[in-house]
Amino acid sequence: MAMDDPRVVVVGAGPAGVRAAEALVKHGLRPLVIDEAPLSGGQIYRRPPPGFRRTTKELYGFEAAKAEAIHRTFDGLTDVIDYRPRTLAWNVQDRVLYTACDDVVTPVSFDALLLATGATDRVLPFPGWTLPGVYTLGGSQVALKHQGCAVGRRMVFLGSTPLLYLVAYQYARAGAEVAAVLDTAPFSAKVRAVPKLLSNTSMFVKGLYTMAALHRLGVAIEHGVRPVAVEGDDAVAGLRYRRRGEGEVRIDCDAVAFGFGLRPESQLADLADCDFRFDPVFHQWLPQCADDGRAGEGIYLAGDGARIGGADAAEVSGELAALSLIEDLGGGPGDKARSVELSRRLSSLVRFQAGLAGAFPWPADMARSLPDNAIVCRCERVTAGEVRQAVQRPLGGGCEINRAKAFSRIGMGRCQGRFCGLSSAEISAAAQDRDISSVGRLRGAGPVKPIKLATVLDE
Amino acid sequence: METIGTDVVIVGGGLMGCSAALDLSRKGRSVVVLERGFVGAQASGVNFGLLRRQDRFLPQLPLANRAVEIWHRLENVVGEDCEVEIRGHLRFALDDEDMAVIEDYAAGAREYDFEIEILGGETLRRRWPWLSDRVVGAGWSPDDGVANPRLVTPAYARAARAAGADIREEHEAVEMTHDGGGFRIVTQNGLEVRASIMLNTAGAWSYHVSANFGEPVPLTAIGPPEAVTEPVPYFIEPTIQRVGSPVVVRQVQRGNVIIAGKPRGIADNVTNRAYVAPRSTLANMRKALEVVPSLGSLNLIRVWSGIEAALPDNLPVLGPSLTTPGLFHAFGFSGHGFQIGPAVGVVLSELAIDGRTETPIEPFTMGRFADYEGEGSDA
Amino acid sequence: MPQFVRLKEKSRPRVTITVDGATVEALEGDTLLTALLTNGRRVRESEFGDGARAGFCVIGACQDCWVWMDGGERTRACTTYIAEGMTIFTHNPEWPWTTPA
Repeated sequence: MAMDDPRVVVVGAGPAGVRAAEALVKHGLRPLVIDEAPLSGGQIYRRPPPGFRRTTKELYGFEAAKAEAIHRTFDGLTDVIDYRPRTLAWNVQDRVLYTACDDVVTPVSFDALLLATGATDRVLPFPGWTLPGVYTLGGSQVALKHQGCAVGRRMVFLGSTPLLYLVAYQYARAGAEVAAVLDTAPFSAKVRAVPKLLSNTSMFVKGLYTMAALHRLGVAIEHGVRPVAVEGDDAVAGLRYRRRGEGEVRIDCDAVAFGFGLRPESQLADLADCDFRFDPVFHQWLPQCADDGRAGEGIYLAGDGARIGGADAAEVSGELAALSLIEDLGGGPGDKARSVELSRRLSSLVRFQAGLAGAFPWPADMARSLPDNAIVCRCERVTAGEVRQAVQRPLGGGCEINRAKAFSRIGMGRCQGRFCGLSSAEISAAAQDRDISSVGRLRGAGPVKPIKLATVLDE
Repeated sequence: METIGTDVVIVGGGLMGCSAALDLSRKGRSVVVLERGFVGAQASGVNFGLLRRQDRFLPQLPLANRAVEIWHRLENVVGEDCEVEIRGHLRFALDDEDMAVIEDYAAGAREYDFEIEILGGETLRRRWPWLSDRVVGAGWSPDDGVANPRLVTPAYARAARAAGADIREEHEAVEMTHDGGGFRIVTQNGLEVRASIMLNTAGAWSYHVSANFGEPVPLTAIGPPEAVTEPVPYFIEPTIQRVGSPVVVRQVQRGNVIIAGKPRGIADNVTNRAYVAPRSTLANMRKALEVVPSLGSLNLIRVWSGIEAALPDNLPVLGPSLTTPGLFHAFGFSGHGFQIGPAVGVVLSELAIDGRTETPIEPFTMGRFADYEGEGSDA
Repeated sequence: MPQFVRLKEKSRPRVTITVDGATVEALEGDTLLTALLTNGRRVRESEFGDGARAGFCVIGACQDCWVWMDGGERTRACTTYIAEGMTIFTHNPEWPWTTPA
């Protein structure tokens, strides 16, 4: 598809989007970069609002140099790209991307679309998780990084992800009271994962450092726990949880931050008709793309929005996908040597992530044991019992997750199933004694985030 | 190979097929329903849920009136709550020309025992203060309403099963023959059904059935664009639609406002996907705001569509096959089959048992397409 | 008692906004979510009767922190920065949509 003035669009200005834009510019293109945030950097390298004073070292810790490099790179590009911050890409169809900014919709035709849409926390519900004071791990990190706030006075961190230790450490360092770090994975899972984790020594060492630092700060860390319920009438007052082989324990707190790794923001990939497959290692449905980012004609995926790899992998995959895109546009063979080098680095980083997935397993059993009256879909207030009823009712196909959605309203709300899609599939699978990969995934529907009804179309 | 002998085989487990199965079973006939996917998962399940008679092709009103009678007692018919809300339909006018259309239609409808009340602008705004000032009058039919389409057809299917019907999901009819004595249908997974009567209620897939028996029809697959807002307190009780406009608005009791309209999107009955064109969504949103301006501040949170079947004259085929004795068709409802669905089922049941029905269905004859030799939907 | 606790960046200029008719103090550069939760423990009511919500993902994905602005407009608290004089409601206001514009 050689063309004189190809229209290339990058969605997302995090590490993947920035490195992609950089590579595109280097090869003589002027991409359109669309980003929801007012400032580039994505979630991990999110920049503080004007007037904030912390240094990058205080904000990004170990990753300060990388954050600075990403920011510097993007700031150097803004004159040679078409940068549209505060802009939502809300739909894609027939090679047109629909964007919205200040309630004006602008359709953007493209020859190539590179989606670097990032990820959000992957969650599993437990009773009380909708109470004020319960946040995602990523959310609690952003509150501290972006606003200088702790999400509570006395924190409990819960989950199964390296972010659990990192955020708890950042909170403790910032002076927050960390009442406990509750890891749902048994310690043995981490020991078993060590060989794979050694594929990235520096990341592994940082992880160990974080855990040791928490110990040094006197933070209680428990392994192999299961949350029972958040307690509190109007807001979090405590957390009940179960220790392995022991009874229930209650801990006082006014905030719980939890998460079980990341899930890609893959809605646009879905609307662009990318293929999805269930990945048994990461235990979720992922949009399919080749290692070089190619995901269909004119569609490229990069970063955590394609497959969970972390920020370093995002940078590599962003550049790699851009090089594939350039090659496909007919701008010559691209930079073969560079592509090979990037592919090699990416596969090593992905191997490390697979190790992490083993060290921090997804506690699927929580869905099976979730009480019927627990809320699963926080947007539409759908309970686990309602999902099970939709699944078990004869006829109509409630066994398949989109049909269960039709009957129970699971995933019909504002967030489009981001935070209940996987857990409702787990509940459905458990209710049928089937493997989760056999119950399907919630299909995407536009708009990927709410758009105002009184929106103006700008052609 | 499993073989079943039955009085009636129904190909297509949508609203038409399942309501026919229920009526036939309750009248003591043995019935097998073959559904290629899940019951009520396509047009019957993804439509707007509108139980509207105004603006319907006048000769279809006897069928629609018959359906009203069933909708009003649906919970007793199927034994499940399907969120039927009879809160009226408002077909409104923005100018005198619109008003003349409404009045003409009301006069015609009266001939079919359908009373439409004519309301002036002031009455309208007194009753429904959220209506735009631009609305000058409306036709009001209080016996119309809405139902939750996702619930209705599975409820019919379960009631039919309880009444004895044999309903097979994920059974796609792949071989269909008539040997003079009766029908022999074989499914993709090796079930053989023999029956003396066959009903073709296969929606967007009906073309395959009718063409198989020498009756090709110009059927096309379409996807209705539907959109829904975030929930707000219930205030829009009736369903509302402007004369001559495809955009229709309603609110479900739990709060979401639903907006449907045109143009219909691309539907693919092979991949089973239907797309909503973002431009249709935006255009329909704008049209909805003309009627209820204060919706403007709300968020649109989701769109959806599904696969419906349309015929060029926007009327269905309902009646006997002209080539094959014992075969009856009901398809091509062209985006307005939901309201008449329960009555279509009963009519099909009457046709299957008696070969005739009291409800006039002549305008829907297959004979309209007797000269058609082209391809159908997935051409 | 507030939900969020300011640990860093506390010396920014003060900004005053109005929440449900009451004056609330926050700092320049705060998101609306931060402003609300450094002054209380709720952001909105669930539409379905299960009580208060106070955001969840903090990054504009979960959509659980939409509040009402003056005049019936909607805004997502975690991605909206406050401005002096901003007026918001955490409950549904008088139905602005019941009167024609």
